[in-house]
Amino acid sequence: MTEATVKTFAPPDRVRLARLLQDYGVYAAVALLVLFNVAFTDNFLQAATLRTQLVQVAPVVIVALGMAMVIGSEGVDLSVGSVMALSAAVLPLYIGYGFWPAVLIALIVGALVGVVNGTLVSVVGLQPIVATLALLVGGRGLALVFADGQLKGIKDGTLLELGTGDLLGVPYTVLIAGCLAVVIGFVVQRTTYGRQLVAVGGNRAASHLAGLPVKRVLIGTYVLCGVLAALAGVLATARLGASDPSAIGNLMELSAITAVVVGGTPLTGGSIRVLGTVAGALLMQLVRATLINHDLPDSAAQMIQAAIILVAVYIARERRTR
Amino acid sequence: MSQPVLDVRGVSKRFPGVLALDDVSLTVAPGEVHALVGENGAGKSTLIKILTGVYRPDAGDVFYRGEPVAFGRPLDAQAAGISTIYQEVNLVPLMSVARNLFLGREPRTRFGLIDVARMNREAGEQLARYGIEVDVRLPLRSLGLGAQQMVALARAVAVDARVVIMDEPTSSLEPREVDTLFRVVRELSGRGIAIVYVSHRLDELYQLCDRVTVLRDGRRVHTGALAQLDRLSLISLMLGRDAAEVRRDGLTGFSAHDAGDVEPILRVRNLSRAHQLHGISFEVRPGEVTGLGGLLGSGRSETAKAVVGALGADGEVTMAGRRLTRRSPAAAIRAGMAMLPEDRKAEGIVPGLSVRENIVLAAMPTLSRFGVVSRAKQDRIVDTFMKRLRIKAASPEQKVSELSGGNQQKVLLARWLCLNPRLLLLDEPTRGIDVGAKAEVQALIDELAADGLAVVLISSDLEELVEGADRIVVLRAGAVVGELAGDDVTEDNIMTALAQEPAHD
Repeated sequence: MTEATVKTFAPPDRVRLARLLQDYGVYAAVALLVLFNVAFTDNFLQAATLRTQLVQVAPVVIVALGMAMVIGSEGVDLSVGSVMALSAAVLPLYIGYGFWPAVLIALIVGALVGVVNGTLVSVVGLQPIVATLALLVGGRGLALVFADGQLKGIKDGTLLELGTGDLLGVPYTVLIAGCLAVVIGFVVQRTTYGRQLVAVGGNRAASHLAGLPVKRVLIGTYVLCGVLAALAGVLATARLGASDPSAIGNLMELSAITAVVVGGTPLTGGSIRVLGTVAGALLMQLVRATLINHDLPDSAAQMIQAAIILVAVYIARERRTR
Repeated sequence: MSQPVLDVRGVSKRFPGVLALDDVSLTVAPGEVHALVGENGAGKSTLIKILTGVYRPDAGDVFYRGEPVAFGRPLDAQAAGISTIYQEVNLVPLMSVARNLFLGREPRTRFGLIDVARMNREAGEQLARYGIEVDVRLPLRSLGLGAQQMVALARAVAVDARVVIMDEPTSSLEPREVDTLFRVVRELSGRGIAIVYVSHRLDELYQLCDRVTVLRDGRRVHTGALAQLDRLSLISLMLGRDAAEVRRDGLTGFSAHDAGDVEPILRVRNLSRAHQLHGISFEVRPGEVTGLGGLLGSGRSETAKAVVGALGADGEVTMAGRRLTRRSPAAAIRAGMAMLPEDRKAEGIVPGLSVRENIVLAAMPTLSRFGVVSRAKQDRIVDTFMKRLRIKAASPEQKVSELSGGNQQKVLLARWLCLNPRLLLLDEPTRGIDVGAKAEVQALIDELAADGLAVVLISSDLEELVEGADRIVVLRAGAVVGELAGDDVTEDNIMTALAQEPAHD
């Protein structure tokens, strides 16, 4: 009853500013950084530089898209890095059957992890952070068992081509990340599943009473996130030219969550910002690249990234206590 | 009466838009068990929160042991000797019983370590005094809720409480546990500890309490000895109806005649759920508004939720001749039921979504093709219902959380009506909405029933219930205690049914 009366007042400027910042801040920051680099960084606009940036950010974008959906469901998926490792580990085992079967199996592994995560969260009722933590730890261990703890070189031509080739100058990885962003955007905005996902994240009790298939939606979301992470694992392996389950996807869960949060998706669920997530990933990538290009050590870059995360979370908090 | 240990004088508390307490006074003597009663929104919890230091009063004073006090924090109140026992026990479930009992004042050894042996021994002795024989080394959560409550009580007393406030302490207890609790309460009162006892269960009040204070709409409407107040008068005080008007006859004259010979569309048989529902049976006919009457905590909302499968319960629910086997809200919707939940905010609206998306939430699968939502279909439905229910929003794309309570409620009604249900269960459809919207919602209920929809109406507002419902099923303590139909649907009859002595078992 108190909120109702408060809401009739126009929001004060500070609040309105915070809302603008949350809605458009990440795009403005990306634009500012690009302008800065155009002005002060040598060779920034050269194709090779841009290409490197985009190739590096592509796996993060792909994983972050799945993460955005999970976070929109009022959850979080910590197992994405381990799923990348798992998918990297199974690739060399099945690459003998050809490129497509191997990739398919890698994606199925990601889907299976998603089923486990989703079931633990929606059926067993574990907190997402705990449920997925289990597979963060266990998944990488399993990956090392699959790979026998070894780095394995990739000789399959198609897979290597996927990692290094391009179409009309755009690397395949970047192309795939871009297409996925469009597809996920469509799924979230226009499909029944996507809208149900947002509703479940916004108010699970109400969604349940409205007859929504809450469990199916949640499991589906973790499956999608797992498949996307597995795909990122395939792409990372392809680019590296080797399957390295001990290193691939390390700390990816944190990069992905960062991209989602910086992109303006609230951790409280009920809203998914796909374009913001892509921009969030780009922003973090640009910040690091800019600092490194200007001879600041990686440690400084990490601290600045931390500051950006804090600002993003602070802005989000401001909005909630409106 | 001896010097009161707790003396509240003319306390008022205002929240934005509502006067929660208006010049309320309350005195409690040592050893007295004082009942504090009132319906939802009467101001009981606000008063308790002022006594325990959660809120500060805007006006008035609280005297404790003769001294004016103003507790800044709940901890201060506790330290001064005012303890509160909530329905959910606020102890540490994973710690042992003994640790919970001695939390913050554990006996120490010479080296400053906790003297576990002594702590366990003393804890066992203390609990045994209240008739609780448990292994005090076990974690608290391994105990039943009743025993946990007793531990909370023992702890409250052990920290030298002079006043113990008990807020609905028995709501989750077994009858046997209730007996133990009562014994402990009587013992405490015998030792001169004052008890403020909040409960909706009239039987308990009459068994336990000496005096009663009735709050209604933030005001104190009565204080006096409970023994001099019969049930009927107490209920009429709580509900704000004149006891003199209440006829005592008619109690036995329940006529079960139906509004017509129409076949019931919903038959509920023996709906039961531990502690909450005890064998509830009733029928609902199309074209008729069936009211569920009862005081707070009588199981009205639980009944509605159990019918639509949102709350697990045993018993049979037959909808349009088909018995529902796998019970879930989704199955209930498929069978043609729709329920408007009581808590609009927690269980109704999805705050971040637009008015449009909130309306189509349940109907979305039918408004899409191959899993892709059809905006054209949605817009048509949304437009129809926004006009029909006169939903006031800047546009269908406005966030639903920005709407007034009344308009949010209409959005939820639209969500259910666009499913074309055959049975509509409305839990407090007009609570917390403004007068204009209230009248509109009530008119809509009438209209829907006239169109042949079966409606179940739950309302704490007696007037609304009597005027809206053709038949009323009266619930008390999770059981049906009467059914009124036709001319018997009057406020007096409902109150009479509520005031009946419970059947002895």
